[in-house]
Amino acid sequence: MSHKYMPHSEKDINEMLEKIGVATIDELYSDVPAEVIFNRDYNLPECMSEEELRKHFQELGNKNQPLIVFGGHGAYDHYSPSVIPHLLSRSEFYTAYTPYQPEISQGTLQYIFEYQSMISELTGMEATNASMYDGATAAAEAMFMLVASSKKKNRVLVSTTIHNHVRKVVETYAKFHGVDISIIPEKEGVTDLESLYKELETGDVAGVLLPTPNKYGIIEDYTHVAEKVHAAKGYLAIYADPSTLSVLKTPAEWGADVACGDGQTLGMPLSFGGPYLGYISCSKSMLRKMPGRIVGATKDIDGKRGFVLTLQAREQHIRREKATSNICSNQSLMALYATIYLALMGEKGLKEVNILSCDGAHYLYNKLIASGKFHQVYDKPFLKEFVVRTDLDMKKVNDYLRQHGIMGGVVMEDGKVEFAVTERRTRKEIDKLVDLMLEA
Amino acid sequence: MSKVLDDRKYSDSHEWVKVDGDVATIGISDYAQHALGNIVYVDMPETGDEVNQGDDFGAVESVKAASDLISPVSGEVIEVNEELVDKPELINEDAFGNWIIKVKLSDPSELDKLMDADSYKKLCEA
Amino acid sequence: MKNYDKIIFELSKPGRKGYSLPKDKYETEGLKSIPTDLLREKPADLPEVSELDVVRHYTNLSNKNFGVDTGFYPLGSCTMKYNPKINEELCSLPSFTSLHPLQDEESVQGALELYWNLQRMLSEIAGLEEFTLNPYAGAHGELTGLMVMKKYHESRGDHKRKKVIVPDSAHGTNPASAMVAGFDVVEVKSKPNGSIDVEDLKPLLDDTVAGIMMTNPNTLGMFETEITDIAKLVHEAGGLLYYDGANLNPLLGKVRPGDMGFDIMHINLHKTFSTPHGGGGPGSGPVGVASHLVQYLPNPRVVKDEKGKFHIEGNNNEALGNISGFLGNFGVMMRAYAYILSLGKEHIKDVGPLATLNANYIKENLKDDYLLPIEGVCKHEFVFDGLKDKSTEVTTLNVAKRLLDYGFHAPTIYFPLLFHESMMIEPTETESKDTLDSFINVMHEIAREARETPELVKNAPNNTIVRKLDETTAAKNPILTYKALKEQEA
Repeated sequence: MSHKYMPHSEKDINEMLEKIGVATIDELYSDVPAEVIFNRDYNLPECMSEEELRKHFQELGNKNQPLIVFGGHGAYDHYSPSVIPHLLSRSEFYTAYTPYQPEISQGTLQYIFEYQSMISELTGMEATNASMYDGATAAAEAMFMLVASSKKKNRVLVSTTIHNHVRKVVETYAKFHGVDISIIPEKEGVTDLESLYKELETGDVAGVLLPTPNKYGIIEDYTHVAEKVHAAKGYLAIYADPSTLSVLKTPAEWGADVACGDGQTLGMPLSFGGPYLGYISCSKSMLRKMPGRIVGATKDIDGKRGFVLTLQAREQHIRREKATSNICSNQSLMALYATIYLALMGEKGLKEVNILSCDGAHYLYNKLIASGKFHQVYDKPFLKEFVVRTDLDMKKVNDYLRQHGIMGGVVMEDGKVEFAVTERRTRKEIDKLVDLMLEA
Repeated sequence: MSKVLDDRKYSDSHEWVKVDGDVATIGISDYAQHALGNIVYVDMPETGDEVNQGDDFGAVESVKAASDLISPVSGEVIEVNEELVDKPELINEDAFGNWIIKVKLSDPSELDKLMDADSYKKLCEA
Repeated sequence: MKNYDKIIFELSKPGRKGYSLPKDKYETEGLKSIPTDLLREKPADLPEVSELDVVRHYTNLSNKNFGVDTGFYPLGSCTMKYNPKINEELCSLPSFTSLHPLQDEESVQGALELYWNLQRMLSEIAGLEEFTLNPYAGAHGELTGLMVMKKYHESRGDHKRKKVIVPDSAHGTNPASAMVAGFDVVEVKSKPNGSIDVEDLKPLLDDTVAGIMMTNPNTLGMFETEITDIAKLVHEAGGLLYYDGANLNPLLGKVRPGDMGFDIMHINLHKTFSTPHGGGGPGSGPVGVASHLVQYLPNPRVVKDEKGKFHIEGNNNEALGNISGFLGNFGVMMRAYAYILSLGKEHIKDVGPLATLNANYIKENLKDDYLLPIEGVCKHEFVFDGLKDKSTEVTTLNVAKRLLDYGFHAPTIYFPLLFHESMMIEPTETESKDTLDSFINVMHEIAREARETPELVKNAPNNTIVRKLDETTAAKNPILTYKALKEQEA
C-alpha cells in the first residue's frame, strides 16, 4: 500500500481503525450500495518512479517542436523575465487556497491588490477584479456586465473585428444564457461605425463590445463611439491587449465602461494555450456588476494596514443563482505573474517592449511588401501584428518554415496571412523568415 | 427584542409598508436589519420601474450575506431613497425611519394579504 | 523581514529599472506611423523598482501566506492535498511551455498525446465515455456540463426543459452555473441527515426538468445511499444527472460516477489530482460525459486517428460551441497527468479509502468536544455544528481564528448552511497520523480554552501578522487600487 504521497504505516492504519471502531477500511464504505462499488483495478498504467516519469515527459517533449514564433492571433511570444518563475515557485504562493482567512493570506491578498492597481493603471479604469480564466471568457463575462447594467435590455453588439476565438466564446455564453448578439460588420479592416450607429438607433442595445488592436492587428479609431453608445443608454466594453495599453489609447480614454482582455502578453509563456490570464476592469458605477473576487484595503483592530476579499455578497457562495457570475477559482497565480512582470518592466520597460515589437513588425511588413510576393490588405495603423495577402501556397511555405524551426504567419480566410513580431524576435530571425518564405 | 411599529403592515419576508393615500412607503424591519448585521450596500430599482407583489426589487447586503428585497405591493416606483447610496448603515440605525422605495399602488387590495403588527410580532418570535 | 509592510508602489524611485531588453534597431517609422489620437495620453503610473527590490518584496509577501507546504489545511470541500514537486518540474519543460497554441498539429504531437492520454485516464477513473479538458476550473466545468445538458435536450427538440434541480445543501456554484447556462433553479430539500429527500424530489420530476446536479458524497461528507433510485427516477422523467466532482476524492478506488448513473461530471484537477490551488487558480475542470452526449462536448477536441496521429478538431457543428480561447489550462493538465502516473493503477485506488480513513479518525476523536449533528461513517469530510458546550458563546468563527494562532489553517466555516455553526473538516490522504493527532490535540486544547478562558478564543487570532480586519468599512467604501488608497490617506 505504501507510496511516498501517502504516509500511513500498517500500524497507523490499524490504530486509526480501532479508534473509529471498524475492522477494515472497506467497512467505511459499507453504506455504499454494492452494485455501484468498483470491484476491479483501473485500466491505467502502472506507477512510475520519478526517473521514469522524467523520461516519459522527455519522450513526449521530443515529439514537440519548439519554434521561433511569428504567429500571434491571441497568443504572443513576449520576453519573460527570469525572476518570475523563481518567485512563483515560492510554495507559500502556489500551495495556498483562496484567501478566505485574511490573517494568514496577506501575501495573496496584497499581490491581488497590487495586480488590481496595475491593471487599473493600464486600462485607466477605476476597478479591476482578481482575474478571469482567459481573454475570451473575460469578454463573455464583460458582455453579461453590459446586459446586467442596462437592466431591461438584452442585445449586445459585437464587432466582427474582434478576435475569432473570443467571438466564439462570447457567442456560446450568449446563446446559452439568452443574450442576443448582433455582429457589426467590418469595412476596410475596421468596425463599420455607420452600421454600429444605425443599430443603436433601435434603442434596445444594452451594450457594445469592440477590440483594440483588432483581429488584423489594426488600431481602430473609436472617437465619438462612447458618446453615441451612452446616448443610446448603452454601455461600452473594449477588449484590449494590456501590454499595448502602455502606448495605445486606453479603454478609459475611449470612454469605455468596461475593459477586458488577455494578460498573456504580460510576459507569460505560450504554454500551448494556457494558463493565461483574463482580466476585467470597470468604472466605479459598474463595480457591483463585476464578476469574481475583488480585494480591498482596510485596517485591522490594531490599526495596521491589511487586505481582505470584499464585495463578496455579489458572489456565488453567498448569492447562489442570483450571483453576478459562477466564477470562483480564477487564475490567481497568473495574476501574480502579471504583477511581478509589471513591477519589473515598469511603464518605461513596457513602452520599450511595444516600441521594439512595433519596429520589428514594421520592418517585417516593409520587407514582405518589398518582396513583391506579399501585398497590402489594409492601409491602417498597426502595432505588433498585421495581415498581408499572398499568392504563395502558405501551407507549403509554413511546412518549409517549420522544417527550419520557424512558426510562420497564421493563415486567415481568403488568402490573408497574419504575422506578429515581438521584442523577442531579432532582425536576423526576421531576415531569415523572409528569405525562407521566398525560397520555399 | 427587535422593534415592531403598529402604524404599518408587514410581509413574511420582513419588509414593512406604510400607506399614505395611494403611495406605499417600503422598508425592511428592525428584525431584518438585525439578522443581516452591518449593512454595506442597498441595491435599489430606478424610479419608473414596475414592481409586483412577491417579486424582488433589489437586495440588501452585509459583509457576508445578502437578502433580496421582496415587494409587498405592486405598482410603479416613484421615489428611491438616495441617501442609502452613501449611507446604507442608516438602515441599521433606524430601519423604520429609513425607507427604501415609494410605490404608487396599482392594487390597494393587495394590502389585505399583509400582516398587521401583532401577527408580525408573532412571526419574529417564532 | 519581520513586519514588512510595503506596497510595491511605495518602493518606487524614478529612474530605477528591473528589466533588460535587446538592442535591435530597425530604421522604420514604428510607433510614429500610428496617429497621435490613437495613442495613450497620460502614462500609466507603474512602479520603478530594481530587480532585487522585486525579489525581496515578493519573497517577503510570500512569508505572509499559509500554504499546504506550510502546514495542515483541513479546509472542507477543498481537498488540499500535497502538491508534488516533480509535477512542478515537469510542467515547466520548455519543450511544452514554448508551444504556441496555433502551431501546426505536426509540431505538437507530444502535447496532444499527453492531452489525449489524460482524457482517456479520466474517462476510466470516472466511468464515462469521453472527456474534454478545455474548462478552466470547477465552476467553468459545471457551466460546460450544463451546456451539454441543454444542448442534448434541444437537439431532441425537447425545448420545455428549463429547470435544473439543485439540493439546498449544494455548493453555491451549482445554482450560479445553472443560472449562467440559462436554466431556472429548483431546490430540493435535504433530510435532517443532509441526504436528498427522494419523496421531496419525486413531485419535482416532470417534463420541464432538464436534470439534477448532485455531489456524492454530499457536502456533509455522507454518501447518498439512494443514488441508484434517484438516477432511475431522474432518467425515467427524461432528465440527466450531473455530478459535481468537488467531492470525488473519497471515491477514487471505490466508486465511479458513471457507474452510479451520472451522465455528465466535472473534475477539479486542483483538488482530486493534486495540482496546486495557486491561491485561487489556475485550476482545471475537465468535463466527462456518457456515450450519448459525446458529440455535444465543446470545440476544439483532441482526437487520435487510426494511424496513432493526434488532431485538433474545431468544427464539430453538433458541439455546444467554444468555451475557451484555446485548449484550456494545459500547464495544469501536465501536473495532473504526472500525478496519475506517479500513483499508477497500484496506488490511485488507495487515495479514496485513506482520505476517508483520515476524516473518520478526526471525527471520532473530536466528537466529545464538538457537536456532531449526524452520526455514522462519513467519507472524505464531515461537519461539526460548533462546540458542544454552547454556554461559553465561543463561535465557530472564534475556533477557526484560534486555530490560526496554533499554526493550522481553519476548516471551511458556516457552510453548509444546514447548521448555524458549521465547521467542515477535510483532511486528505497525504496527511500522516502524526499531523492528524497534533490537529486533534489542538482542537481539544481550544475546546478547553473556550471553557476556561473564553475571551482568549474570542479575541483570536493574536499571533498572526495582521489581526481581525475591518471588512465592513472595506465593503462600504471599497479601496481597490493603490491610487485610491493614496487619495484616501491624503
